[in-house]
Amino acid sequence: MSVCESVENSSENPSFARRWLAIVGRCSIGVTRSFLGKIGSVFLLLAEATQIAFKGFFLPGHKLGKEALFFQMVRVGIKAIPIVILIQMAIGMILPLQMYPKLAEFGQADQIATINAIAGFRELGPLMTAIILSGFAGASIAAELGTMVTSEEIEALEASALNPVRFLVVPRLLATVLMTVMLTVIADVVMVFSGVLTGMKLGLDPDTYYQMSVSAVNLTGFVTGLVKAAVYGTLIGLIACHLGLSVKPWQGSEGVGQATTNTVVYSIVAIVISAAIFTMIFYSYGLFN
Amino acid sequence: MTEKTDPSPILIISELVKSFSNQRVLDGINLEVYPGEIMVIMGGSGCGKSTLLRHIIGSIAPDSGSIKLFGQEMTTLDDKALNAIRKRFGILFQSGALFNSLTIGDNIALILKEHTNLDATTIEIMVKIKLELVNLREHADKMPAMISGGMKKRAGLARAIALDPKILFYDEPSAGLDPVTSAQIDQLIIDLTKKLHVTSVVVTHEMDSAFTIADRMCMLDKGKVLKVGTRQEFEWLRDSDPADCPSEQDRLIRQFLRGDAEGPITERKLTSDYEEDLLMASLKHEK
Repeated sequence: MSVCESVENSSENPSFARRWLAIVGRCSIGVTRSFLGKIGSVFLLLAEATQIAFKGFFLPGHKLGKEALFFQMVRVGIKAIPIVILIQMAIGMILPLQMYPKLAEFGQADQIATINAIAGFRELGPLMTAIILSGFAGASIAAELGTMVTSEEIEALEASALNPVRFLVVPRLLATVLMTVMLTVIADVVMVFSGVLTGMKLGLDPDTYYQMSVSAVNLTGFVTGLVKAAVYGTLIGLIACHLGLSVKPWQGSEGVGQATTNTVVYSIVAIVISAAIFTMIFYSYGLFN
Repeated sequence: MTEKTDPSPILIISELVKSFSNQRVLDGINLEVYPGEIMVIMGGSGCGKSTLLRHIIGSIAPDSGSIKLFGQEMTTLDDKALNAIRKRFGILFQSGALFNSLTIGDNIALILKEHTNLDATTIEIMVKIKLELVNLREHADKMPAMISGGMKKRAGLARAIALDPKILFYDEPSAGLDPVTSAQIDQLIIDLTKKLHVTSVVVTHEMDSAFTIADRMCMLDKGKVLKVGTRQEFEWLRDSDPADCPSEQDRLIRQFLRGDAEGPITERKLTSDYEEDLLMASLKHEK
């Protein structure tokens, strides 16, 4: 019985308004408690994965599984390069074309390069890469882990005294973080390159466009973009691993499908919300000046 | 029956209770398994035998009761101690549960790499030895998706014996296999138990298989142990005349062992809540 149903059944019906207020209140508490429980589980998974990764990197006698990490990096990142290039090429073209008429009207057509570079390095590079990876890597990780649960592979790992977090979560999480950062660098470069080509089509000098792009992005802008990418990658990896491992053996293909869909939805929501938080923090600390 | 050299049980289950959503799945299970024997745990679908196995291997914590494996209380162990125990037993899952991203050989090598300090050459030799025991040596480089159900079970068995366990658990080893492959798996269980001097606990509802491999048998019904005895005792019950089974319990076990369509199990299913169910349905629509 759901929280809402139990509240409905237990209400003593003093008045319509009071009854519904009680239902809404108790449902809200139930949903909040469930949400906080899930957030807590995700953070516990992060803590365990971080501890295992730290020991694997720095303490002797602890294995990390570098082969698995490399395999996951290829799967998560290398195979996503063409699609990241394609999307960033399109965005690097759309932005100048959209802005050119208005900026040309004010005699500021050259500023297209500045705007394109700032938008790309600070926001669109990491954001678009993360959104692509939430579908490309996140969905695939959740589906894979969910299927492993239903086919008893996770139980077999545990019964063989092998920790699923070390074997499955750590390589996937690290690969997602590293490859989101690396792909963001590629996305940034592609967006500038695409902007140069579009600028040429609009009659702008490519050298001037390139110089303006380079001068528009300082080290802080570049690094903050990569920090964002690392956080987005962590969110994707964590959400995908958590939801994949949360599938119950009896849920079968339906549970796997649900985990996959939820991974994409939750990842995109988490990425966009954290992007907004990052922007507010960086803005308030004057990192955008 | 295999001669018992050590009188103390290797596995002792006492008063084990487990409920899921207010439904009692295990209801005070008591069972002892002795070193070197093949104990078959049997019962109908949903009687709690697979749940019992998952409690024994530490996958599920009970509500109450005790499980002592190798003399250690499994229900109170922390993860580290539990993993130390897990290295001393092997389990064959119903589906084989091979790691699908690894080859058959790598499935076995993974266990050896993680839990031993053996070099790569020795591990390769060990993998070949384990695969030869289950007649799969020539399939070491194949992926699990490329082999049949019977081969998956044999590969799962090779992985289960990777660390030379003292006790082997089998969850429905013959389920879903053709009669010949099923018989081969049965023979493999007997051979491995003798060759490796291990104790085997087999969960199954395949009666032909159970009577082929068992030294002792345990019959579960609705989360309770109905009877524990030697294979001969169960064979006698199976082949007996209904008149020789005075108790309801014996008649129930006899029907299960014989696979008869009629008997106490069928009557129980036919009479259970049928009238109440019909009455509730009519009342629901009257409202």
